[in-house]
Amino acid sequence: MSASSQVLEIEALGKTYGSGAKAVHAVGSVSFAVADRELVCVVGPSGCGKTTLLKCIAGLLRPTRGRVVLRGKVVTRPPEEMALVFQEYSRSLMPWTSVRNNVLLPLRHKRLARQERNRLVEDALGSVGLARFMDHYPWQLSGGMQQRVAIARALAYQPSVLLMDEPFASVDAQTRSDLEDLVLRVRDEYGVTIVFVTHDIDESVYLSDRIVVLTHSPTEVKEELPVELPFPRDQIATKELPEFAQLRAHVYRQIKRERSAEPATTPVPNTGTGV
Amino acid sequence: MSKRGSEAIKIALEILVPVALVGAWQLEAMHAHSKKFATPWSALVYFPHVVHNLWPTLERLAAAFALGTLAGVAIGLPLGLSFWARHAAMPHVEFWRNIPPTAVLPVSILLLHSIGDRQKIGFGLFFASFPVLLNTIDAVRGIEPTMVETARSFRVSRRERIRRLVLPAALPQIVAGMRNSLALSLILILVAEYYSSTNGLGYVLLNSKNTFVYRPMWSAILMIGLLGYALNALFLLFERRALGWHRGWRAATPQ
Repeated sequence: MSASSQVLEIEALGKTYGSGAKAVHAVGSVSFAVADRELVCVVGPSGCGKTTLLKCIAGLLRPTRGRVVLRGKVVTRPPEEMALVFQEYSRSLMPWTSVRNNVLLPLRHKRLARQERNRLVEDALGSVGLARFMDHYPWQLSGGMQQRVAIARALAYQPSVLLMDEPFASVDAQTRSDLEDLVLRVRDEYGVTIVFVTHDIDESVYLSDRIVVLTHSPTEVKEELPVELPFPRDQIATKELPEFAQLRAHVYRQIKRERSAEPATTPVPNTGTGV
Repeated sequence: MSKRGSEAIKIALEILVPVALVGAWQLEAMHAHSKKFATPWSALVYFPHVVHNLWPTLERLAAAFALGTLAGVAIGLPLGLSFWARHAAMPHVEFWRNIPPTAVLPVSILLLHSIGDRQKIGFGLFFASFPVLLNTIDAVRGIEPTMVETARSFRVSRRERIRRLVLPAALPQIVAGMRNSLALSLILILVAEYYSSTNGLGYVLLNSKNTFVYRPMWSAILMIGLLGYALNALFLLFERRALGWHRGWRAATPQ
């Protein structure tokens, strides 16, 4: 792959909280690149700084070392063409206003005609199957539906890169597979590049074009693994393929090895309160 | 019991219990033959002679409550947002908050160069602002970080984040502070009216005592009680309309 086809480049990125003896090296040195319209899943043992990494990529956290380059430009603050979906939908959606206004939030400061703005909101909610629920409050919807609102909000923003931080970790298994298929569909519909952080190995194999396996903290890339399962993916047929089982087992072993290699004294950084 | 039945009993209790109590007061006062105790009926029919003192009190109350709320939010917002502002201001807030308002009342006349509305409203708003101020600081500090980070990732400016996220998120706590502020405002204005004033319900109370004419006093007390009740009921109505989402959200979300 030539350098120009890469949308997103993470170059020797590191993040250390605090300094001196109390310093916590959340992310050691992480490098990988993501091509246009690629779906890359980032997996790693729990507490390995995945969320810190993603916040650095999103421009919400300043890396201590290295840099993030988006289409040739170094990311120093949240870029216009990037959107973020967090795990905790109930905390990222505004409970005091309608689903419509929640999706509208990132569009208010964009220079768009009112009709264009409304069209984006309606299209995004339509493509996640929530057109009928525009005037509901988010908390009137189920967990899976709320996460779809968060996805619609990100889509309406028209990003070229979508960052997702364990977005389906707090929904039930059935809803989860529906949402996974939704992600694959909107990737094609909206032509977005997706970086998807998850701790679920099945999910990473099912969704990805490529998996980036991380080591425990201080985090580095352990392996980059192409996933050459055929598209369109199917929750039953794809998961029955022997390649699926092999990939799944391979990633599982890598992470398990990481977990057992983890020194007992390594502090587990609390990446949730970075800002 | 049917829902409608229990609803009817609730309303009946709300009306019958006060009626019974007032009736008892009426009977007791009629048989006491004391000039000090007016019957509730005589206090009620005296309202027309007292009501011209209600308006000045209401005006001062409204001004103190409204300006106190505004001041509380306007000062609480920056203090909630900025660690350094909070660090600099909190000792002063705690100092003034812990002084009983009555201790400052005589001084307020000197400080505000006034014995008129300016002093009474100024005194009222100063102390009425504290419940709103403290609740605003607390609410702004407690805003969900994920919500702010999401908005930041969408490049929503700080100004817009304050307008669209911080203030609406803080509103339930601000309104709770306002309710305390409203009750406090009434106390403060009445106390202020004891001091060098020529009208208002507080003036009626003190003047009545000083001139040994008790009917206006009981009339004013009844009026103040009804006023407080009505204000609280109005406030709850406002709260229900402005914060309907909050009840639903709290019921739907495990806290």
